[in-house]
Amino acid sequence: MNRSLRPLAATTIIFIIAYGLSVAQFPNMFSTRVLGNFLTDNAFLGITAVGMTFVIISGGIDLSVGAVIGFTGVLVAVLVSWFSVHPLIAFAIALVVASAFGALMGCAIHFLQVPSFIVTLAGMFLARGAASVLTQDSIPVNHEFYSFISTLYIKLDGGGRISFIGGLMLLVFVIGAILAHRTKFGSYVYALGGNATSASLMGVPVARTTILVYTLSSFLAGLAGVVFSLYTSAGYPLAAVGVELDAIGAVVIGGTLLTGGYGFIFGSFVGVMLQGLVQTYIIFDGSLSSWWTKIVIGMLLFLFIVLQRVIFSSSAPKLKHVRKLKHE
Amino acid sequence: MADTSYTLQARGICKYFGEHTALQDIDFALRPGEVHALLGENGAGKSTLIKILTGAYHPDAGEVLLEDRPVSFRDPLHAQAHGIGTVYQEVNLLPNRSVAENLFLGRQPTRFGMVDKRRIEREATELLARYGLDDIDPRAELGAYSVAVQQIVAIARAVELSGKVLILDEPTASLDRNEVEKLFEVIADLKARGLAIVFITHFLDQVFAIADRVTILRNGRLIGTEPLTEMSRTDVVRMMLGKDISFSGGTSAVGEREVGELLVSFRGTGRTGSLQPFSLDIHKGEVIGVAGLLGSGRTEMARIMFGIDPADSGEIRLNGTPVSIQSASDAIAHGFGFCPEDRKADGIIGDLSVRENIVIALQGKLGWFRALNRDDQLEIAGRFAEMLDIRAASPDMPIKLLSGGNQQKVILARWLATDPGFLILDEPTRGIDVGAHAEIVRTINRLRDDGMALVVISSELDEVVAYSSRIVVMRDRELVAELRGENINPSVIVQAIANQSDEAIAS
Ligand SMILES: Nc1ncnc2c1ncn2[C@@H]1O[C@H](COP(=O)(O)OP(=O)(O)OP(=O)(O)O)[C@@H](O)[C@H]1O
Ligand SMILES: [Mg+2]
Repeated sequence: MNRSLRPLAATTIIFIIAYGLSVAQFPNMFSTRVLGNFLTDNAFLGITAVGMTFVIISGGIDLSVGAVIGFTGVLVAVLVSWFSVHPLIAFAIALVVASAFGALMGCAIHFLQVPSFIVTLAGMFLARGAASVLTQDSIPVNHEFYSFISTLYIKLDGGGRISFIGGLMLLVFVIGAILAHRTKFGSYVYALGGNATSASLMGVPVARTTILVYTLSSFLAGLAGVVFSLYTSAGYPLAAVGVELDAIGAVVIGGTLLTGGYGFIFGSFVGVMLQGLVQTYIIFDGSLSSWWTKIVIGMLLFLFIVLQRVIFSSSAPKLKHVRKLKHE
Repeated sequence: MADTSYTLQARGICKYFGEHTALQDIDFALRPGEVHALLGENGAGKSTLIKILTGAYHPDAGEVLLEDRPVSFRDPLHAQAHGIGTVYQEVNLLPNRSVAENLFLGRQPTRFGMVDKRRIEREATELLARYGLDDIDPRAELGAYSVAVQQIVAIARAVELSGKVLILDEPTASLDRNEVEKLFEVIADLKARGLAIVFITHFLDQVFAIADRVTILRNGRLIGTEPLTEMSRTDVVRMMLGKDISFSGGTSAVGEREVGELLVSFRGTGRTGSLQPFSLDIHKGEVIGVAGLLGSGRTEMARIMFGIDPADSGEIRLNGTPVSIQSASDAIAHGFGFCPEDRKADGIIGDLSVRENIVIALQGKLGWFRALNRDDQLEIAGRFAEMLDIRAASPDMPIKLLSGGNQQKVILARWLATDPGFLILDEPTRGIDVGAHAEIVRTINRLRDDGMALVVISSELDEVVAYSSRIVVMRDRELVAELRGENINPSVIVQAIANQSDEAIAS
């Protein structure tokens, strides 16, 4: 098997086993209702993770996404509740602002040659600060459009439902996968993560690709903010604190190499679902503290980083030789 | 010359890196249908000139004209779009992507906005077949293949991109004879189609085999452009170096001279899936040459000896006592040194200075409690820079800014600095200019006379013959012959290397 597929396969198998064990203990966990809730509850995380996957494959990191989610949530709430803007228009404004913010960070990373974690760390403080300037409190959103969205869902056999935001996340994953694996832009992103110097000598438009990657990540974080706003019907400046780390965790558990160049969008989906599974398990159990989610995720993360190390460095298949002389 | 139309022309090019003048007032012109060799010592400015012609760097003065119209390429992509295909010296591909993608990146055919993978793979297979690489899977990761294959893929890519000009910066450094011949066929074909081809190399034989004209640079200055028909080898070398040197090529074998006591012995040492067990005794004051085709297991042998890929069978004895070499640090602790073949991946630490790159292995050997202070470091770096003629503006310059050949010398200096008892060199003269080449051969001879034991892997048979006390021949990942005495001559070695293929034909 292609070695870049191995971590993904490992994650998928771990997910199936973990789910199987959970179902053995709590048979109720095997229902479309639970699966549907997986999607709904993790929609904003999943959408963020798609953007993060692109960033990490390109060899960077985006620490600002959690703050961007918080900021867009607040911006939408302020526009809708205080200025009576229609939610759809508020969403559009929020997405444009978020994308512009990402483009700006991309420019700083490329043109000033500042490492991405520094630029996006600054971006994180900036976005969080801007959200707190707008308001310190949680602003509820009461709009019939929000109620309308919550009536949109696809019913599944067995009482489960795929909500609008759950479906949106699936759609983002599908589009993300096509973008990453089937388009020129996708191949440029992998090229950048593989070796930026080579990529530029091979004619990859490095500036454009870098800027687009961070624009995409912030756009998707903005979309996640919109989803978060629909999910909670409120905007709060301290919402989604630490989501960037959950997203990075999901991406890495999904088999994307933190150093860039290797990874799959689908892997991040499994990574998100695995986190959802742990949370659901804790809810079913009832006695465990929700911090166990973090502990389990931490352990998985560690396991996967070790696994990648093993697969990608020490056991790297040394030289497939084109044999000129055949034996025997 | 009646025909003065040039495909690509550079006029009065200057390029400065800070204080350092890399190029001063260079004129360079390519005619359609010519192979133009660009020669010069390591650090002369050849690669820099290429990068300026192709938009990777921008000149500080001067202009570039494409078919008599001034152009200013923003970046390599822009140059590619104008029909200039380039293989830069650093094999500049993406090991993490498939072979097919490496061939087509930047110009993948699309259908409805999607990359047409199937078509790319099909075309890649056809393309590779033309270079004799039929058994390569275009979907496999490029990094899984050897440097030579990667080099050919890079060439194939550049050839496809070159509508008018093809530029090859030391393309043959890691190719074997057959592969070089294939490349020359391709070049001849392109030449017939009217392309202008720039060819940079340190192999003068190859220059005389295919080039029509030659341009020579020395220390960033233009020495001259001449038709090759009017030049001899000696003329070329004199222009490059500004002085005469005597050729050491083809000297007779060192022969069976007195060797010292046994130092290292490998008994049935091997590694499953990589190399058949081999046995070899190496004495003090002895150079073992390793010959064989690319992929015959030469590099694998070196890596096993040095513990990078530890052996899983047999034993290793040092001065008669069995030792365990499970990692490179074990090997260093036992006084081994290893100068690897792929210096980009295994050797240089790009952002560290030349000085740090030289002392790093020595510091590793001394341990952290006996830190070398800056003066010691400068002294050591200076000594080796002089000995190997390393051209760097200052010892504090990051090594990645050095020319390719000078980087190679730094790696060699690193291991010499540790004063190893046993030194393994994998292709030590690759990419090194004639002057330094002779210097490295002399260094090898001197180290041997000082009582060091060396294993030297090289594709250049004349060179192996010049310094080896014994030669082992590798074939199909197996040590198949050991030559000594009068058997140390190129024709016997070629015979030993080729044996198997004759048998294969016979059976
Ligand atoms: N980016 C850079 N910054 C500073 N100095 C540089 C840079 N690139 C090249 N140089 C210097 O310019 C000089 C010319 O380098 P160049 O790579 O063109 O040599 P070369 O002729 O290709 O040599 P080789 O045969 O070793 O490849 C060298 O002294 C090198 O150290
Ligand atoms: Mg060069």
